[in-house]
Amino acid sequence: MYGKKVKLRAVFILSIFVSLILVSFLIIKSLEENVVYFKSPTEIKVLPEVTKKKIRVGGMVKKNSININQSGVNFVITDFKNELIVNYKGAIPNLFEEEKGVVAEGFLQDRNYFKAVKILAKHDENYMPPEVAESLKEN
Amino acid sequence: MVNQLGNYSLYIALLISIFIIIKTSLSFRNSSNVLSGNIFSLISVQSLMVIISFLTLIYAFVTSDFSNETVYNNSHTAKPLFYKISGTWGNHEGSLLLWLLVLTIFLFLFVIDSKNLPQRYRTFTLFFQEIIIFGFLLFILFTSNPFANIFPIPSEGTGLNPILQDPALAIHPPILYLGYVGTSIIFSSALGAIISDSINKSWASHIKRWVLISWVFLSIGILLGSIWAYYELGWGGFWFWDPVENVSLMPWLCLTALLHTVFTLEKRGTFQSWAIILSITTFSLSMSGTFLVRSGILNSIHTFANDPSRGVFILCFLFVLIFISIFIYFFYQKTITVESTKTFLVSKETAVLINNLFMMFFLSVVLIGTVYPIFLEVINDEKISIGPPFYHKLIIPFLIPFLFFMAIGPNIKWIKDKMGKINLKDIFIFMISIVISYIFVNKFGVSYLLSLPLFIFSLFLFFVTIRDFFGKNINISQKISHFGFSLLILSILLNGVLAKEHSSNMRVGDEIKFLDKIIQFQNIEVIKKQNYQTLIGKFNIVDENNSLSLKPEIRIYDQPQTITSEADISSTIFADNFLVFNIIKNDGFYNVRYQIKPFMIWIWISVLLISLGGILSLKKKNV
Repeated sequence: MYGKKVKLRAVFILSIFVSLILVSFLIIKSLEENVVYFKSPTEIKVLPEVTKKKIRVGGMVKKNSININQSGVNFVITDFKNELIVNYKGAIPNLFEEEKGVVAEGFLQDRNYFKAVKILAKHDENYMPPEVAESLKEN
Repeated sequence: MVNQLGNYSLYIALLISIFIIIKTSLSFRNSSNVLSGNIFSLISVQSLMVIISFLTLIYAFVTSDFSNETVYNNSHTAKPLFYKISGTWGNHEGSLLLWLLVLTIFLFLFVIDSKNLPQRYRTFTLFFQEIIIFGFLLFILFTSNPFANIFPIPSEGTGLNPILQDPALAIHPPILYLGYVGTSIIFSSALGAIISDSINKSWASHIKRWVLISWVFLSIGILLGSIWAYYELGWGGFWFWDPVENVSLMPWLCLTALLHTVFTLEKRGTFQSWAIILSITTFSLSMSGTFLVRSGILNSIHTFANDPSRGVFILCFLFVLIFISIFIYFFYQKTITVESTKTFLVSKETAVLINNLFMMFFLSVVLIGTVYPIFLEVINDEKISIGPPFYHKLIIPFLIPFLFFMAIGPNIKWIKDKMGKINLKDIFIFMISIVISYIFVNKFGVSYLLSLPLFIFSLFLFFVTIRDFFGKNINISQKISHFGFSLLILSILLNGVLAKEHSSNMRVGDEIKFLDKIIQFQNIEVIKKQNYQTLIGKFNIVDENNSLSLKPEIRIYDQPQTITSEADISSTIFADNFLVFNIIKNDGFYNVRYQIKPFMIWIWISVLLISLGGILSLKKKNV
């Protein structure tokens, strides 16, 4: 009925179409699973439920709150409205200081306690992570 | 005033740019030869002007002329000379001037290099390149002028961010920019070629050289950034899927696809439209990379404090360029003449097509991972980030067939080949790969995503690329690059699977047990250097047979006051021993991180091999 060429072209276009759909499906699915949300201590306080997913928390490191022992550090993240106790084991960047902005990645244990697996480093002493700046501004 | 000299040179360059754009745009109407010697000398003057202004800025940095705002914000008299010079491009204004410098020099070289090509094609390429130059000149002069003055003149500058005071990072931006900006010539030339209807084999063999140059510089630029992140950021990794890293990877993926396409176009005269689309995409990605990094909208560990309003200009300019190129592509596309279309399913053309499809897939994954957080924030104010698992999950399953096709692809002939050519040798190599991978995965108890097939296919590619060195194919540059790539994948795999790390907080004199080793923190020595103080920690890593001494540093810079850590790394061909320590609070505790990174050095070597292939390919004329 149709020529061989037309058939071939149809197959080609169809396969591109199918693979496009497949690719977008995979990407969207993977996005859903691997997105890490950013929350401020205040947002955490009003969370309907404590999720088991990885999140990021940002704010200021409260003054005199850093407490060090051999296995890790404990400190408090504050947005001047609410606070969150953070426990962290691992490498600590140099710009991690009291009364400076910080972003920690990890898992919420409950609404007041956070187990961090990573503290994010910054290049620049003046740099404030945009989310932290914004969440501090909101409060 | 020397400072003003630089400023005025830029204005002269701007005027030349306007003149050339007007002059060359006339040739849209009539096809007469407009590329006279006149224009050539104008381009030389323009390049010279930009070179002068760049040298002026370097001079201002070297002499610490603090009447210049850029120098004041990014330099300090106590800085070593080398970092005064590299400080020139270590900031927003200077780095844009560097962009411009590379743009004009590349145009100058292009005009010399393309002497034997059709005049119309050269004229249009010139036209588009000048539009880009014009845009950047406007941007520099009116939003980020590196020659802005301050009065009264400050007596001391605020200093360069100490984390940038590092040899690898001093040369990283210029090299990366050579790669980025090289894509502008490809872009202009692609558009010029569409309009002048000269997309053919000779265009391909001409533009191939520019693709190779950009590709080599981009590869080495990414490598330098990666090495720097490895020893300076103290995480001991070489790739973090960080947005700023991703924006340099995206043009690389696109350029790699383009490279293969251009080879095919040169040999067979097919894939014209596709080559054009890739050329446009590559440059758009480079531009948006600059935009994303400079605008500060990316949430990245690499982001520097900067002014977001500047990003708007680049974004608008980018949209204008993309709009123009899409318009031209559709308007003139019908003129693309097809030289030969006869191609069979089993052929090298198909192999290149498969390579391109995979590259586009990897590109879309990286692109979505990078921009999705921005979109989500704009749309519903939700702040998110996307971590490595996203990329791993999407890339690894597709990497496996990619490795397979890469192993068999290069040995398929052009036009038509036989399906049943897969010989016993290939099957034998494949069997060996299966056996080795199986033993390895079981022995080390590796249980990552698809680790067994990943090992099998990367070993298979590794063996095949080694065997190909003894094959009949004479394309030595391809062999080296492909071998380099297989080595890269294999070392990344081994590195990821076998790496071990331990981090803890230690005081001087503490000892910690890790695996079969003992980490001893012996003492700290304080030394005063030119513009910083350094604390050198002395650590011993002791195991049954020997002891290794590592001396990481903590540097306390005075201007601006910042602390950086310098990891101490002892590299052998088998593994890196990586140790870094940080001050947490001034109460005697240091955060110590010790890592064993197997085959780390091979990651760097393999990228060098990949680039070496590109360099060799540049040297030979017609293969």
